[in-house]
Amino acid sequence: MGFANLVNHQIIKGLLFLAVEVGYIVFMALKGVSLIQGLYTLGTKKEGWVTQPGQLLPVLQKGDNSMLFLIYGVAALVITGLFIVMYFVNLSSARKLVSDRAQGRRPNHFKQDIKALADEKFHGTMLTLPVLGILFFTVLPIIFMILIAFTNYDSHHQVPGNLFHWVGLSNFTDMLGGNAVLSGTFFHVLGWTLVWAFFATFSNYFLGIIVALMINKKEIRFKSMWRSILVTTIAIPQFISLLVMQNMFNQFGPINELLVALGFDRVDFLVNNATNARIVVLVVNLWIGIPYTMLITSGILMNIPNELYESAKIDGASAIQAFFKITLPYVLFVTAPYLITQFIGNLNNFNVIYLLTGGAPSTTDYFQAGKTDLLVTWLYKLTVNNYEYNLASTIGIFSFIICAIVSLLTYHNTASYKREGDFQ
Amino acid sequence: MKHSGMKTRKILSTSLIYLILIIISVLWLIPVLWVVLTSFRQEPGAFTSNFIPEHWTLDNYKNLWTNTVYPFKDWYINTFWVACCTCAISTFFTLSVAYVLSRLRFAFRKPYLNVSLILGMFPGFMSMIAVYFILKAVGLTQNLWALVIQYSAGAGLGFYIAKGFFDTIPRSLDEAAKIDGATNAQVFFHIIMPNSGPIVVYTALMAFISPWNDFIFANIIMGDNYNKWTVAIGLYQMIQKNNIYNNFTQFNAGCVCIGVPIMILFFILQRFYVAGITGGAVKG
Repeated sequence: MGFANLVNHQIIKGLLFLAVEVGYIVFMALKGVSLIQGLYTLGTKKEGWVTQPGQLLPVLQKGDNSMLFLIYGVAALVITGLFIVMYFVNLSSARKLVSDRAQGRRPNHFKQDIKALADEKFHGTMLTLPVLGILFFTVLPIIFMILIAFTNYDSHHQVPGNLFHWVGLSNFTDMLGGNAVLSGTFFHVLGWTLVWAFFATFSNYFLGIIVALMINKKEIRFKSMWRSILVTTIAIPQFISLLVMQNMFNQFGPINELLVALGFDRVDFLVNNATNARIVVLVVNLWIGIPYTMLITSGILMNIPNELYESAKIDGASAIQAFFKITLPYVLFVTAPYLITQFIGNLNNFNVIYLLTGGAPSTTDYFQAGKTDLLVTWLYKLTVNNYEYNLASTIGIFSFIICAIVSLLTYHNTASYKREGDFQ
Repeated sequence: MKHSGMKTRKILSTSLIYLILIIISVLWLIPVLWVVLTSFRQEPGAFTSNFIPEHWTLDNYKNLWTNTVYPFKDWYINTFWVACCTCAISTFFTLSVAYVLSRLRFAFRKPYLNVSLILGMFPGFMSMIAVYFILKAVGLTQNLWALVIQYSAGAGLGFYIAKGFFDTIPRSLDEAAKIDGATNAQVFFHIIMPNSGPIVVYTALMAFISPWNDFIFANIIMGDNYNKWTVAIGLYQMIQKNNIYNNFTQFNAGCVCIGVPIMILFFILQRFYVAGITGGAVKG
């Protein structure tokens, strides 16, 4: 690599290309090949006492760490990928040199190349760091976790000490029916996740619009005061308001004290009663979510041309008809992408569930999950409490598939996607 | 006659709306009020039968900042430091990616948009264990830089709102500058940035707030090294079952100490926030 540049007097550029190539070859020879091999075997030596031939006593053999084999192997693959990208950059640079020469132009000087980074190549300058960040802290971990879903890295195969191996699709088949407890849990949790996402999204959306309409009504005064009161809750960090809510709904919390004072019995809101807990998380989610919808939609509502309402009134439409025929279609049209993001956000709404109920009430019918657990909170518990990494990864892949289906079905049909670039 | 009937109905509906708004306000403010009241309560323990404290005190605040059992002051400083670094780095990342995707056309653009859409669909912390091991491999666990890196590294994926905003800035502005010989870099720093006040503030505000909120990653990365905890882990641990009786009033004082500054910041910058989230939507 870099030969074409060197011949054409682009010394620095050529040397840089050469350095990359040499660096990669040295890396592969010293480390890379064995790292990629490790990716295939995931380690062969188990930790334990081994008697070497010719020795009398067994010695403690340090085992291989399958986890590190996997992670370094993937990193070696990513580096190889980057090298291939560099190779193509080199080729295109050489091609440009050839065409420059054919047209009798002088090849770019190194200084000119650097200058181009602030202009024609500005995208490269600006994207490099963010892309590297994404590559190493989003893409690499995701590839890694996808691979984990095809291994038996569970609580019985913990590293260091034990090895884990490739097991093909067995985690997926277990989850979909091969293992009765597991698949039972999966489908129940999945069902509740979908129900939750649907109700959480639409209840917030419609009630938020109604609140915004009420505040926007022209007879109502102190508009900014009402708005500020609701916005207060957006400003409080969510984990604080959720922990506070958990205490409010506690068996001895203020709400129960109020019920007792009014002569009712204490209600078990969060701990043992599945129906109550599910209702409470939805209600608390309203408390969290309505202000957002209110804030977003009030601006949009003010944009609706007033003539529409006036002519509807002349035609004899009631306020409710006007809401469903004018307001809602208009707001829906503008906020469709927001609605989709909200739905997907709710499918993965970790905070509300985990900080309020922690998934409770727990049940022995489920594998390490409770009645209010979503797929994500189940995933989290399997990872942090139970070390069932392979199952957690499998669930992650399933929830990715669900999100992808939802987005594909809806996102491409929204106006704002189709009109991307209309402004320009 | 009919006219006055309509008038009464109008008054009725307006008063009904007022009533609903008052109820809503009460419902929304009670939890906030409860936290503030409890933070001034002298009686110990998690729950008392009266909403308003019997005896008032400032000791909860004093204990929170000066006690020797848990280092709340360190947690606060840690979080503030992480928030400032994250804010600087990830605002720059987000805005530069948004600008590049909005204004420049290059081969890698469409793939970037599609890939970032796909990456956004993976549950964020599905990969937390892998991130943990990567950070461990470079020796950064139980270190505040690990949090800064983790919060900023993904910033290049959160460009949608800023990009939507940049899309609405007329192209004629950059074209005029380019005719005068400006480079793309100059257009970005001298044309786009000065015209994007709201979105810069919005992006920075969001980046600044997220470290105060994150519980999951901070918990995994910091583990049991409680001197390096952020306030989110600290407060969560303060009211776990064994500690709740002793710590509950101080927990509430802690909530006030975190909530009030963020709330003030938020109210000052509220109009930018609204401009941010409604960005393209209102104008479209």
